[in-house]
Amino acid sequence: MADVSHIDTQEYEAQFGDYVELLKPRVMRLVVFTALVGMLVAPVPVHPVIAIASILCIAIGAGASGALNMWWDRDIDAIMKRTQGRPIPSGRVQPGEALAIGLALSGLSVMMLAVFANIAAAGWLAFTIFFYVVVYSIGLKRLTPQNIVIGGAAGAFPPLLGWVVATGSISVEPILLVALILIWTPPHFWALALWRNEDYKAAGIPMLPVMRGERVTRRYIFGYTLLLIPVALAPSFTQIGGLAYLAVSLVLNAVLLAGAWRLLKRQESDRDADNFRAEKQFFGFTIVYLFVHFLMLLVEATLRALDLSITALPIWF
Amino acid sequence: MAIHPEHELHARRRGRNVAMGLILGGLVAMIFAVSIVKLSQPQNEDIYAPNYLPATGASE
Repeated sequence: MADVSHIDTQEYEAQFGDYVELLKPRVMRLVVFTALVGMLVAPVPVHPVIAIASILCIAIGAGASGALNMWWDRDIDAIMKRTQGRPIPSGRVQPGEALAIGLALSGLSVMMLAVFANIAAAGWLAFTIFFYVVVYSIGLKRLTPQNIVIGGAAGAFPPLLGWVVATGSISVEPILLVALILIWTPPHFWALALWRNEDYKAAGIPMLPVMRGERVTRRYIFGYTLLLIPVALAPSFTQIGGLAYLAVSLVLNAVLLAGAWRLLKRQESDRDADNFRAEKQFFGFTIVYLFVHFLMLLVEATLRALDLSITALPIWF
Repeated sequence: MAIHPEHELHARRRGRNVAMGLILGGLVAMIFAVSIVKLSQPQNEDIYAPNYLPATGASE
């Protein structure tokens, strides 16, 4: 006689919201915004229905890589305060479920993007997912203090994806947008890492402040800021930029440079006295910095559409 | 033994199932909408179709 008994070991039933959380909705929001900008500034118009469907695919693809990242990083996520509440370490979602959802949505989003937009866009989306999950999460994140430099590349691709959806090919403008996010990422994350140092140390992630110390990190933040300025200004001199973008970008870069200089000059006693206030401010400003740059590209695209753009700047690229 | 049409699991997972149903419905609607858009874009192959547009630049 068969003795069939069902033992319910799970007292918690995963809700739909837990699975949504697996897709990192906050990262998705940024991906949707930058991909949309990449698509709207491209010289080829996209039908709104195809635009919405394609952006959705890109967002789902980004979410899927987020789920795969959470599946792979579940051991260190359980250690760090910032990530302890994520669905897997908090026990709401099983690791296997996250893996299944991540793989299924990766495949689905790439296939659907190929059908909705074009093969090139789908190929780039597949490459982005591969880069974030395999090269960054599985490969380099736990190996090198330059992890964030490489990880930033994965986060930098969405505007290029949007551009390729519209045009089917790559040119200098989307490459500049990728470079902007790519070089922006290290100072942005290292500022965060400065006051999250203990967390990363506990989890054994080789973040720059853990490996090389605070002084070196501050120098790196300043160095990358210097590198970032010309890259951020360069789109002004392409067909997607203009005077409005240049003017706003100059102001943003001046503020960023001042902030990075302030971080460079701070001593340990300074940051203990105000509990990392300047570092947190700098981190907060980097978010505004990137958002407003992309917003200005949208403004320029709108001005061009209305025939209001001032064509005083030469197109160098 | 009586078969219960409504298992306790159904009630527990109602939220998930409803959300899943809505997403699948949305996916169908999206694929349909994209199909309509793609099929109604100008084409130069079927001369009897309402969206026929002779290719420009091609001389006979």
